[in-house]
Amino acid sequence: MSEKIPVTVLTGYLGAGKTTLLNRILTEDHGKKFAVIVNEFGEAGIDGDLIVGADEEIFEMNNGCICCTVRGDLIRILDGLMKRKGKFDAIIVETTGLADPAPVAQTFFVDQDVGDATRLDAVVTVTDAKWLKDRLKDAPEAKNQIAFADVIVLNKTDLVTAEELADVEAAIRAINPYAKLHKAERANVDIAALLDRNAFDLDRILDIEPDFLEAGHHHHHAEDVRSISLTIPGEVDPEKFMPWINDLTQIQGPNILRSKGILAFKNEPRRFVFQGVHMILDGDLQRDWKDGETRESRLVFIGRDLNENELRKGFEACAA
Amino acid sequence: MTTMTPPVSLREHVTPIAAETHVVAAHWLKQGLVLALADGRVLRWRDGALVESVEAHAGGILCATGDSERLITGGDDGRVVATGFEGEPAEIAKDPKRRWIDAITLSPSGNLAWNTGKTVQARDEKGRVRTLDAASTPQGLVFAPKGYRLAIAQMNGVSLWYPNTEAKPEFLEWKGSHIDVVWSPDGRFVVSSMQENALHGWKLGDKPGHMRMTGYPAKPRSLSWSHDGLWLASSGADGAIVWPFQGDGPQGKAPRECGVRHARVTRVAFHPGALVLAIGYDDGCILMVRLTDGSELLVRPALRDSGISAFAWDKAGKRLAFGAEDGAAGVLVLPS
Repeated sequence: MSEKIPVTVLTGYLGAGKTTLLNRILTEDHGKKFAVIVNEFGEAGIDGDLIVGADEEIFEMNNGCICCTVRGDLIRILDGLMKRKGKFDAIIVETTGLADPAPVAQTFFVDQDVGDATRLDAVVTVTDAKWLKDRLKDAPEAKNQIAFADVIVLNKTDLVTAEELADVEAAIRAINPYAKLHKAERANVDIAALLDRNAFDLDRILDIEPDFLEAGHHHHHAEDVRSISLTIPGEVDPEKFMPWINDLTQIQGPNILRSKGILAFKNEPRRFVFQGVHMILDGDLQRDWKDGETRESRLVFIGRDLNENELRKGFEACAA
Repeated sequence: MTTMTPPVSLREHVTPIAAETHVVAAHWLKQGLVLALADGRVLRWRDGALVESVEAHAGGILCATGDSERLITGGDDGRVVATGFEGEPAEIAKDPKRRWIDAITLSPSGNLAWNTGKTVQARDEKGRVRTLDAASTPQGLVFAPKGYRLAIAQMNGVSLWYPNTEAKPEFLEWKGSHIDVVWSPDGRFVVSSMQENALHGWKLGDKPGHMRMTGYPAKPRSLSWSHDGLWLASSGADGAIVWPFQGDGPQGKAPRECGVRHARVTRVAFHPGALVLAIGYDDGCILMVRLTDGSELLVRPALRDSGISAFAWDKAGKRLAFGAEDGAAGVLVLPS
C-alpha cells in the first residue's frame, strides 16, 4: 500500500481569517503541493493549482445513529482526486463558517475508500480574538469548532488588549484545554505548526495532558461545552471498561464531540489507546508501558452537557 | 475454486499499452481503442500501434462514455469534450464556474447527459439542452434502454427524469447515498451502488418492489449486465458477485460468486455475446470466467500497484481492453 495522503480540516467562524490562513499555507515556500477543497467555489480569492468546490452535503448513515453523519460530497471529491495521485502531497478541506466539523471528521472513519487512501491529520480552527466571546454566546457552531479542534489559531490578537486576550484565551481553554493554541496577527502562524500533526493517529497519542498548565481559570464553568478529564491511579478491567465505553458513546454519542484515553489493562504489558468522534471509536493496544512509567488510566471527554459525576462513577467502576 | 491446476493462460494473447497515468476509461471506436486518462489526455491505439495522444482536458478526466464514433469525457476543468479517432477534441459544453463534471452518460440513440454541482443537463440527439436542478447532488447517471428518460443516483434515492417534459422527476426513495446507477436492458430494473457497501434495486412497473443486495466488503462501483440481461455482475468483493435477474429479480435468491481470490474485484465486464465475465482485481490480476461452469482463464497475473481501473469489450466480443491505476493498459485478442 502506498502512503496515505494527509488531510487537514480547516474550520473557523465567519470572518475569523480562514481564507487568509489558507492563502498563507498555499503561497508560503514550503515545497509542498496541496489539493484544496473549498466551500462556495469561486467566491473568496484563493490562489492555487488544485482547487475543488464542495457543497457540504451531509447524509446520515443507515446504522441508526443520528450523530453518525458524513460528507457525501467529500467522498466523491476524494475519489476523483485519488486518480491524480502524485500531483499533490496533502489535502486541505476548508469548511463553511457555520459548519460542524464532525461530519467531515467522521467521513474519514466511516468511508472505507476514503480511509484507505487518506488519513485525517488534524482539525485546525481559526478564531477571532475580538469577536470570539460574542460568538460563543450566540453561535453554537463556533463553540463546536473550538471543542473539536486539535490546533487553534487565535487570530487578530493585535485588535485586542492584553487583558482581553487573556480573557478570550481562558474562554477557549474552558472548552478545550487540549488543543495546541497559536496566537496570530493576520494569520501569521508557522505553517509547520498546522500540518503533519497526526492528531488522529493512535501511535502518536503519547499523552493527554492539557496543552496549558496554568490553573485557576474557573470563571467559565457555566459553559455547556467543556472538557472532562478522569483518572484512575491504576489499572482497569477491560471486561468492564469496553462495554461501559461502548454503551456510553452509543447513548451519549451526540453530546460527546471528542474523546481520548490511555489505559492500563490488567495483565496487559501494553498501553491501550483510543480516540473517538461522537460514537465512532478507534482503539488499539499500543507500545509497552515503560519501566518507571506509572500504570494509570486516563480519559478525556469534550462535549456538551456532560455529567461529570456520572462519568466519573462509571469509569471508577471499571477499576481492576 | 476446486481445480488444483492453475487456470489456463491467455497471457500470450495480450498486447501491452503504456498509458503512463491512471486509466479512467477504455472505449472502442470503429477505428480502434481510445483510453481516457486521469491527466486529461485521450490515447488512441490501433492494431498494436500507438497512434497518438491528444489533450482533451486541461486538468483531469473524471468520467467517460461514448459510441462507435467518439469518446465523450467530463473533466475537472468543467468541460464536456468529444474526441474521435482523428482530429482535435471538440467541446460540447462548458460549466461557467469550471466545476467538476461528475458523471456522464450516452443513450444508444445519441442522447447525452452530464452533471455538475447540483445540476443535471440532458442534450438530445438534435442538440437541445434541458436542465434539472436536483434537490441533492446527482452522482451516477444512466438513460433508460428505450425512450428519453434518465435515472439519476442521489442522496436517499434515484430520480427518474423525462427531460422533454416539465413534470417533476419520479423519486425512487431509499435512505443513504447512491453513487452509480444502471438500468436493466429490458427496462424493468434500476440498480444503484451505495456508499454503505451495498446495491439497491427497484423493480419498476405494475408491481414495484425493492431489492437489497448487501454483504459487500467494499463499495460495488463496477456493474455489468450480461448480454441476455438476466445477470448483473458487480465488483466490491473478493470475487465477482453475479445477481440473477430472471423473473422478479434477485430478492431472496443467492448470487453467484466467480473468480474468488485473495484480492478485491475492482472492475467487471460481461462479454457482449456470451456468459463470460472479465474480472479485474485491485492486485492487477485479470481473470476470464465462464458463468455456466465457473471455469477460469488467466488474462493478466497480479502486478503490484497496478489495480484494474477500466475494461471495454469491442462490439464483436473479440478483443478486451483494460487499463490500470498505474498507467499500464493492454488489449487481449481472443484466440479463434
